[in-house]
This record gives sequence, C-alpha cells and structure tokens, in this order.
Amino acid sequence: MARLELDRLSKRYGDFHAARDVSLDVAEGEFLVLLGPSGCGKTTTLRMIAGFVEPTAGTVKIGGRDVTTLPPWKRNTGLVFQNYALFPHLTVGQNVAFGLEMRKVAKAEADAKVLDALKLVQLDHLIDRLPRQLSGGQQQRVALARALAFRPDVLLLDEPLSNLDAKLRHDVRVEIRSLQQRLGITTVMVTHDQEEALTMADRLVVMRDGAVRQIGSQKDLYERPADHFVADFVGRSSFLSGTMAGDAEMKTAGGLTVRCAKSLSGPAVMALRPERVYVGREPISGQDNTFPGEVEFVSYLGSLIDIHVRLSPQDRVIAQVPNHDSAALPAVGDTVHVGWAATPAVFPADSDMRA
Amino acid sequence: MTGAAVTHTGKAARPGFRLRPGRWALKAAALVAFIYILTPLIFITWLSFYSQEIPSYPPQGYTLRWYGQAIGNQRFIDAFVISAQVGILATLIGLVIALPASLGLARLRFFGRGAVNNLLLMPLIVPGIVLGFAIYVMLVEVAIRFEWNMLNSFGGLVFGHVLLVVPWMVRLIMASLAGFDRTLEEAAMNLGANRLTTFRRVTMPGILPGIVAGSMFGFVASFGNLELSLFLVGPGRTTLPIAILQYLQWKIDPTIAAISVLQIIIIAVAMLITDRFVKLSRVV
Ligand SMILES: Nc1ncnc2c1ncn2[C@@H]1O[C@H](COP(=O)(O)OP(=O)(O)OP(=O)(O)O)[C@@H](O)[C@H]1O
Ligand SMILES: [Mg+2]
Repeated sequence: MARLELDRLSKRYGDFHAARDVSLDVAEGEFLVLLGPSGCGKTTTLRMIAGFVEPTAGTVKIGGRDVTTLPPWKRNTGLVFQNYALFPHLTVGQNVAFGLEMRKVAKAEADAKVLDALKLVQLDHLIDRLPRQLSGGQQQRVALARALAFRPDVLLLDEPLSNLDAKLRHDVRVEIRSLQQRLGITTVMVTHDQEEALTMADRLVVMRDGAVRQIGSQKDLYERPADHFVADFVGRSSFLSGTMAGDAEMKTAGGLTVRCAKSLSGPAVMALRPERVYVGREPISGQDNTFPGEVEFVSYLGSLIDIHVRLSPQDRVIAQVPNHDSAALPAVGDTVHVGWAATPAVFPADSDMRA
Repeated sequence: MTGAAVTHTGKAARPGFRLRPGRWALKAAALVAFIYILTPLIFITWLSFYSQEIPSYPPQGYTLRWYGQAIGNQRFIDAFVISAQVGILATLIGLVIALPASLGLARLRFFGRGAVNNLLLMPLIVPGIVLGFAIYVMLVEVAIRFEWNMLNSFGGLVFGHVLLVVPWMVRLIMASLAGFDRTLEEAAMNLGANRLTTFRRVTMPGILPGIVAGSMFGFVASFGNLELSLFLVGPGRTTLPIAILQYLQWKIDPTIAAISVLQIIIIAVAMLITDRFVKLSRVV
C-alpha cells in the first residue's frame, strides 16, 4: 500500500515512442485504470512500473522511493499476467507461497498467509492442486492470490479478465474490485475494454500513441472529454465538424450555425452524446440548438432506439431515445426536428482523427 | 517437439469412437516400422540362447552358457567399465558446456549465432571416422607443439566423446527452451526472485525434461560409439564396442549376441527409469 508516482516516463524503441512523458499520481488505495486502443503503450507503462522495461527517461516512485533503476525483484509490486503465468510444477499453495518464500517469511507464518490469500479468492480447498487441474477462472484467482499474498505496495493487472468468458468476467470484475477496496491496495489495471474500465476504476487514464490524453473520473471523461479522441473512444458520440465563427459559435461544414459552451477559434469538432439529443415533430423548445432534418436510419436496440438524422449533406447527428411508444417513432424519410443544449465538448480539429 | 509447458498428455482414443480407415492405415504403418526395428533385436536375442558354438539354423538346443561367458570375460568387464566411465564423464562435461550454450543460443541475439548453432550440430553430421581421425591429428599436433601427450589417453577419449554428447544435449535443451513460457520467469522476478533464483526455481524445472533426455541420448551415443573411439583408445584400455569388435575378429560364438542383449537391456532400463521422472515422449 503506497502512493505511486510516474514522472514523465518515456520508452523509445529506436525512433518509435511506445510511451511518451507519462505522468501519473496514484493515491494510496486508489484503483486506476489505463485505457486505450491496442498498441497505445498500456502494457509498456505497466511493465516499466514492474521493472521489466527500462524507461528511456523519467522516474517511477513507489511510496516516495525512487525505484526507476531497481530490478523487478526489489520493487515489491504484485503483477497479474494476462495468461496468469502460474508455475506449472508447483501446487496452488506453493505458487501462492512463492513471494513469501522469497521474502524469507517463516514457514508457519507463510502457511497462514497463503491460506488467508486463498480464502480471499475462495480457493483454499484447492491448495494442493496443480495449475493444470484448474479452470481458467480458478487460475486467474490463484494468480491474484499469489500477487496479493505478500502484500505488495502496488497491485498491477494487465488485462486480467481477457481470457475469461463474458459471464465470469462480470463476476470476477466485481470480486477484484471489492477485494481491492477491502485491502485498500493501490492498483493499476490495464484494459481496452471500456465497460470494464468504467465499472472498476476510481480514476481512468486514456492513452493514445504512447501519450496520456486525459486523466479523470468516469464523469469527467464522459461529460468533459479533453479532445476529439477521448470523446470518440469513451462512450458514443456523433460529431459535427466545422469552423469556429465568433464567440461560442461554430459554423458546420454544411453551413449550420451551432451554439456551444466553449470559445476557441479555427477548425473545430463538436461531440454530441446521442442521449443528449432530443427528437420531435416540432422545433425543440428550451434547447440552445434546434434544426430540422431527415431521418436516415433507425436502429432498434430494444429499450432504446437510435435515430440517425441528416441535417445537411455534410452534417448528421445520432439521437438515442427511450422506446416509450414504438408506434410514435419516426420512420426513415420522415422530417423531424432535433435539438440539444450548448455543449463544452468542442475541440480543435485533430489532424489524425477522421471527422 | 514440445517443451514442458505443454500440460495435456495425449490420452488413448475414447472408447465408442469408431476408427476411420485412415487411422487404421496409420496404425498398420506404425506396426510395420516397429517390427522392422525390432526384428534384428529379436533375432539376436534368440541367437544368444543357441547351444551350438557356430551359429547355424536350426538351433540344436538352448543354453544360458553364453551369458556366463560374457559376464565372466574380464576383457568385456574392463571394457564395460571404461565405456561407462567415459560416457558418464563426457555427459557431465557436456552438460557444463551444453546448458549455457543452449541458453545463449535460444535467448541471445548475437553476430554469428546461426553459425554457432550449425557448428554445434556438426558432430551429428560428420562421419564418426572423419571426426575421430580429425581429433587424432589434432592430438598429434598438440603433442608435438606443446609436448602435452593426450594421445591414447583416457582424457583424450573423454574429450572426443564430449563432442558426441554436446549436440544431442544442445538440441534437446533448446527444444525445451523453445516451449518454455518466459512470462514464468517474469512472474518469479516480480514475486521477488533474482535471476539466479529464478533460473533455479523456475527455468530449470521447466527445461528439466530436455536436460535429462539430452543427457540420456548423449550418454547412449557415447556408450555405443565405435568409430571415434577407434582412434582414441589406448593399449589395454578399450571401450565395449571395440572389445566386441576385437572378439569378433577371432571368434563368432553367441557370446557376442549375449553381450549385445545385455547392452540393450541396460540402455532400455536406463530409458525406462528416466521416463519415470520426465516424460521423454514430451521432449523427443
Ligand atoms: N520490444 C519492443 N520493441 C519494439 N516495439 C515495441 C516493443 N514492445 C512494444 N513495442 C511497441 O510499443 C507499442 C506499445 O505496446 P504495448 O504493448 O504497450 O501496447 P498496449 O497498449 O499494451 O496494447 P494492447 O492493448 O494490444 O496490449 C506497440 O506499438 C508495440 O508494437
Ligand atoms: Mg498490452
């Protein structure tokens, strides 16, 4: 249990930046999730914390101690590998005892701790099994017990749930989270599963191309995405692109003048959350923006309906409406009105994002 | 070839499943190959019990006399002891060379890695006579230049046999390493084990089947070698294959058959014992 600080941590492979200037401050007992598309440097960052990848620049501090140059075995981190990496020749009990043994904990004390750790994951009855005699979910929990048994300063999880089936993934997610809270252990988890990230994290870090794009709570990321990429990656959005025209107003590519809640200048992109866009037969009153448009596509999701509305040849928004009355839903080709409140989710156009 | 990381073992086909013709063909082919390999062994075993001195068909009776002769022959006993000593020593020395060599070849990327890899295979490809002669010439040179005479010495013999042992070991240990999951090593280091402890506690157990199988095959290669030894043995100090050859030069009674059978039994027992500890079928 300790605070974890990364300061401008970078890793270069030749000219390629696997991680660049990653700075994070993880409080004691906090559950931080690194989220991002494949290849964005999540594993690299995690492995720099564990000591398996040597950073080209920057520092790692655990509990205030600079561990940047220490080898993995002197860092006291508990890493759960994606493939679990249980020692195949050792029993469950011996696997869990390994970390304690390395710390020269006396036999009797170690035995008690092994049992405790296995009880935490409800596998104490399998203590004498070999890893190959366990199911995937059980192996995963043994790996967790092994990483927790010696009470590491920081728990590191690299996509710990990706090898489990959907049902189990949901259960283990809750299990890991409650365990982490009960033990109050500082945790960094890597995932590219958004839902997993949102349900487990105290705070999330969105990464792209090796760099941190935004750090914040679920609400921060959803309500106030820092840029076009985050707005696109976290949750769903439809985008309007155009140019800023005066204070808090954007002129879209299709010529609409849209009001927003942020001032900037130059080419810009506006992100609209589908559930914040209202649809009606009449112009929408009480909203900052309201435009007529033609229904282009209706996607029936059950309790919710997606309605794609074209406002101009260049502009299209998606509205998500509750399925109160399916008979009243607009059909493709209908003319409807859409409206939404001025949003702060407007960003300078990002050259490497499609509009 | 698979390493120790493979955990499932191929169990026999589930009963109730009908074998398809392809399966039968495969089984038949395996049986033919098996018989082909076994036939000479069966005949030599049969021959070793013939009662007449000059082997001829049909046998006139059966006896255990030749086994008595084989075990009672001091030349054979001495040669057996020499062969065993050379085999064990060469295997131990080979291990000291092969283990680091395999680790380096499997894990490091260095200039000339491919060349070293092939060089270590050489003794398997070069005919034993050529290898033996080459070592002989080298030892002559060494004796002349440095006045260090290893010619016809026990040391020279062991030296030659190390060359026979190492390629087997390197192959089999590298096969084990290829199947070894390196995240296990990272897991150990993460749990607090330094490099040495990690090697001892995690890597070694993982590649043990390869080490044991490599030692086994290396020893057998050394124990049965004739051509290389011909150049390296000294007077009054021959290996078992050479003793058998020498005996054959003036006598062809079934004693030779008996000693061959004994040799086969010793190797088979060693294989079976090894197999109890590590499943050889997993490595080779
Ligand atoms: N040893 C290496 N040499 C060169 N490039 C590397 C090396 N290790 C990683 N990379 C590159 O660094 C980038 C980041 O890799 P990393 O494994 O951190 O991605 P990730 O975010 O964990 O992705 P994923 O979600 O697919 O696991 C990738 O583009 C990868 O190709
Ligand atoms: Mg990864």
